[in-house]
Amino acid sequence: MKFGIIVFPGANCDRDVAYVTRDILGQPTRMVWHEEGDLGDIDVVVVPGGFSYGDYLRCGAIARFSPAMQATVEHAQAGKPVLGICNGFQILTEVGLLPGALMRNRDMRFICDRLPLRVERTNLLWTNGYTPGQVITLPIAHGEGCYYADEATLAELEANDQIVFRYSGPEGAVDAAHNPNGSLGNIAGICNRQGNVLGLMPHPERASDAVLGGVDGLPLFQGLVQALVAA
Amino acid sequence: MSIVTISPPLELAVPHYSARIYVTLRPSVLDPAGTAVQSGLAHMGYSNVGPVRIGKYIELTLEADSEEAASQQLDRMCDQLLANPVIENYRFELQTLATV
Repeated sequence: MKFGIIVFPGANCDRDVAYVTRDILGQPTRMVWHEEGDLGDIDVVVVPGGFSYGDYLRCGAIARFSPAMQATVEHAQAGKPVLGICNGFQILTEVGLLPGALMRNRDMRFICDRLPLRVERTNLLWTNGYTPGQVITLPIAHGEGCYYADEATLAELEANDQIVFRYSGPEGAVDAAHNPNGSLGNIAGICNRQGNVLGLMPHPERASDAVLGGVDGLPLFQGLVQALVAA
Repeated sequence: MSIVTISPPLELAVPHYSARIYVTLRPSVLDPAGTAVQSGLAHMGYSNVGPVRIGKYIELTLEADSEEAASQQLDRMCDQLLANPVIENYRFELQTLATV
């Protein structure tokens, strides 16, 4: 199972992802420079967190035009897995692989924290390592993580079961008191209609080694590898 | 080696335009930065200030065969990069620059 991690100028979570896929899971992993346009050898494309192109104009706005992202769009359109984490999620919305947009946090502050999330759906490549309704704790670190979509799009996301993670209380309560950034519907992560593209603001790669204080992100990567190997 | 610059005859020169582009948040989208600025203004004593909305202002120049062509190109630039249609609206003003 070969992972390709897109490296943009300003990316800073690319190596963290590689540490999980290559060192912890033992999967072949290739760092893909943003100017490369051939992802033919890659099974899973990861668009990592960071500040691609300095977040100029809007987060993810400029990254979408890179050859690597054009190839990522084709990869996704062929039904193959694409994972966007944090800035990667922002890029996936800008390029149109996922609906909606990520805006400045409600309280204007950059938030660096560990927060509970409720796993809303487990019949996906990405979440089969969790149990339905399970509450996991993952780090977040973003200034623009407030998920926005118009009412029709939100209704469609709900109807098609595309909301994968929501910010919640430790017991799984999804309410305004447990919404760190003002995201509509407490949305922390969504998938596309087919389920092969996942974007989330929290960082599962930063919670995959006990040394970092938590391992709730590891089942995402383990479940993915198992599902793809079995397929 | 010297560089010789040859100016094209005036009637063959491609027209240049200057564009002023205004990107604003769609009315349905909350603007926490605007709300923070409104509160700052209130602290200055301007409690008479209503809602503040913050947008972006972009200037650029471009070559195009006609004003209509320039306008069409700008529409595409705004739709695809300069604004995000999910959250933002845009408008622009075009001005013809004197041909150099």
